Amino acid sequence: MLRKELGLFLLILIIGAITAVLNPQFISQINLSNLANQIGLFGLFAIGVGVVIITGGIELSVGSMLALLGIIFLDLLINHELAWPIALLITVGGGVILGTIHGLLVTQLRLQPFVVTLCGLLIYRGLARYYTADSTAGFGYGSGYETLEWLVSGRVGVVPNAFIFFVIVCLIMSVVLHKSVFGRYLFAVGKNEEAARFSGIPTRLVITAAYSIAGLLTGMSAIFFVFYTQSVSPSAHGNFYELYAVAAAVLGGCSLRGGEGSILGIFLGTVLLQVLQNLVNMLGIPSSLNYTVMGAVIMLGVIADRELQRRRMHKIMLDSAAARAAGKPASAAG
Amino acid sequence: MTEQLLELHAISKTYPGVTALSGVSLTVHRGEVLGLIGENGAGKSTLMKILGGVVAPSDGTIVIDGVEHASLTVKSSTAAGIAFVHQELNLFENLDVASNVLIGREPRFGGFMNLIDQAALRKRVKPLLDRLGVDFGVNALVEDLSIAQRQMVEIAKALSYDARVIIMDEPTSSLTLTETERLLKVIGELRQSGVSVIYISHRLSEVMACADRVVVLRDGQRVGQLDRGAITHDAMIRLMIGRELKSLYIPPKAAPREGGLVVDDLVTTAFSNTKVSFAIHRGEIVGLAGLVGCGRTEVAQAIFGVDPALGGRVTIDGKPVKLGDVHSAIASGIYLAPEDRKRSGLVLDLPIVENVTLASLPRYARLTLVDGAQEHKVAEEQSRKLKIKAPNVDTVALTLSGGNQQKIVLGKWMSMQPNVVIFDEPTRGIDVGAKSEIYALMRELADSGVAILMISSDMEEVLGVSDRMIVMHEGHVSGLLDRNQFSEHNVLTLAVGGTIQQEAIEHA
Repeated sequence: MLRKELGLFLLILIIGAITAVLNPQFISQINLSNLANQIGLFGLFAIGVGVVIITGGIELSVGSMLALLGIIFLDLLINHELAWPIALLITVGGGVILGTIHGLLVTQLRLQPFVVTLCGLLIYRGLARYYTADSTAGFGYGSGYETLEWLVSGRVGVVPNAFIFFVIVCLIMSVVLHKSVFGRYLFAVGKNEEAARFSGIPTRLVITAAYSIAGLLTGMSAIFFVFYTQSVSPSAHGNFYELYAVAAAVLGGCSLRGGEGSILGIFLGTVLLQVLQNLVNMLGIPSSLNYTVMGAVIMLGVIADRELQRRRMHKIMLDSAAARAAGKPASAAG
Repeated sequence: MTEQLLELHAISKTYPGVTALSGVSLTVHRGEVLGLIGENGAGKSTLMKILGGVVAPSDGTIVIDGVEHASLTVKSSTAAGIAFVHQELNLFENLDVASNVLIGREPRFGGFMNLIDQAALRKRVKPLLDRLGVDFGVNALVEDLSIAQRQMVEIAKALSYDARVIIMDEPTSSLTLTETERLLKVIGELRQSGVSVIYISHRLSEVMACADRVVVLRDGQRVGQLDRGAITHDAMIRLMIGRELKSLYIPPKAAPREGGLVVDDLVTTAFSNTKVSFAIHRGEIVGLAGLVGCGRTEVAQAIFGVDPALGGRVTIDGKPVKLGDVHSAIASGIYLAPEDRKRSGLVLDLPIVENVTLASLPRYARLTLVDGAQEHKVAEEQSRKLKIKAPNVDTVALTLSGGNQQKIVLGKWMSMQPNVVIFDEPTRGIDVGAKSEIYALMRELADSGVAILMISSDMEEVLGVSDRMIVMHEGHVSGLLDRNQFSEHNVLTLAVGGTIQQEAIEHA
């Protein structure tokens, strides 16, 4: 089960080692610290998208949600001068509501997740731009949220808080996904919704909850990103980020057919993506090739995975044929 | 009438462990309607698949226009003028009638651009529709047509291939009475124009109405033929039954107890204008027989709550069960081992243990976290009790045989507290050894006080295992049989139902 994750981990080490040899700057404290920060920022919502992918769905609206929720958060905090815990709660709650709406549209109206969240992507982006009349929102001279600012953009020693928070979320979600009843239901629904229904599992509730979790994590991400970018330009903030999340989940072993994946995998997938981003800078590859490098690595990863999967299935088939051959005489005798 | 079009000579088909057909011969003459009947699993479909070139026979020859073939391909079958009108229609709903009829053979123009000549297409299809006298045009979208109209499109398609033999497999299963009459009229007209029809149906009155000759299959063998004058209900039923049935019966340890499942005026979505009522006592195994498509599975799924019910009540020991809600059904101890176990019964990619505990997982959880040790203990206990053949309970269900997969489904329910267990085709695709194990388990469950409903298309099974039997026909209960009234004749008579259900029940 963990073989996939181990492979990914080794791949990250190899790529990291090569980059470090070519440019020792890569393993400088400052670079690693920044890298960890990026991993934390991009990992948080990738976990949410990964959970949705495990149900066999997809969540494409996270980038636009980051912009819309970011704008709302800034507005509440700076223009309406709300206390930061309230602004934070409203923002995160907004994420949960949007995610839940997606889930309900998917489970109650039986719409395709791709369509629902694609519409979300368009709608929220437009709303974000309309909200600020397309102008960039920033912190200006606001104050009173220093605690929050430290919490989301500070560091403990050299370790960025965003990364620490991400690791904590990963640990919690690992338990939820791999140890809890809900997690088991999530995988069962993703693998075979029909059989899950025939076992009395509340499949619609489980799927809706997955979208709500994605909304929750995206809402939290929105806060981190606002403090990271210090301003939100609604037409560009979070653009394409949904694809980073999908890429991280797929790299991490989530199958778009559902029912497969792990939190550790998504974590490592995020790490690999950010290492690749970083490597483009470090090795002096033209930054315009950024996406190309990412796309090529994902493609290779998926091909390698396909091949491993094929061999595994082949082995299973051989084993079960052998088991049946061995089982036959026993059943005839009995 | 005497011109012989087609001959199947001593056709056999064996699959590993199963003989689907043995030495079946069949001739089809020009312009005749040949009725082909037999129970579920008698070999009709296999025989027709051989004619269609989908399946190659293991032995025997096929003679078409005097030329011998060892087997046909789909292509050579089509070229010989053999066409199918399937039970499930194979049409493209998003295309219009004309495009469907000539799909893949569209008249073209425009050279390399390969454009479809719409005018020519319509001109070619129009006469076919006229010949069938249909009430829709070439431009109608198939998705707007009724099932009966779609069938006509299929027949037009068959005619467009210059079909000489059209095989219709249960063509009227979804038709209304008037639509059926229309179809029978069209079949008569096809016969007039020299086209032969092989008509496969469970509805004996239709076969009587249209067939010139009837061939009866039983257990993969041809058991008889009836000519025009000799085709009667009774003659057909007598030929369909009468094989040696092995005794599978394990008598119950005690008489049925008080309480159990009561189904009252249940209306399923499949048959919205018929009501189904019956009762099953604790401690008995009740067989639910009927022909494929008579609504048995729908009744089971409505009781279990995976399908909505349009009306009616279900009670256990007098306590009502909320309909249309699997969760309540399971909470009241109603469990279903579904027909399609790979799709609905199991999550094939999950290990045995996770499948066994899937329906009762919260029980093995502390603070919502699954207690793996407890879960394994229960799965291992079930695995031992049910003699599941697997290295350990972490084995993925996919790798096991059908019998062992079915045992996992049973393990899932037996690890809980069953009051009623519904088995839908419990031994389909399962080898003989595992079958008798499953029968023994069912009896054990019944003896422990569970009410058992067993849906089965296997005559041997339904006669051999049940204590009592409910027979359904077209969505309603056509009769109840006690064990001393069990006979193939009685079951079939009730199953083909209709007007003959009043016929005196013959005591076996």
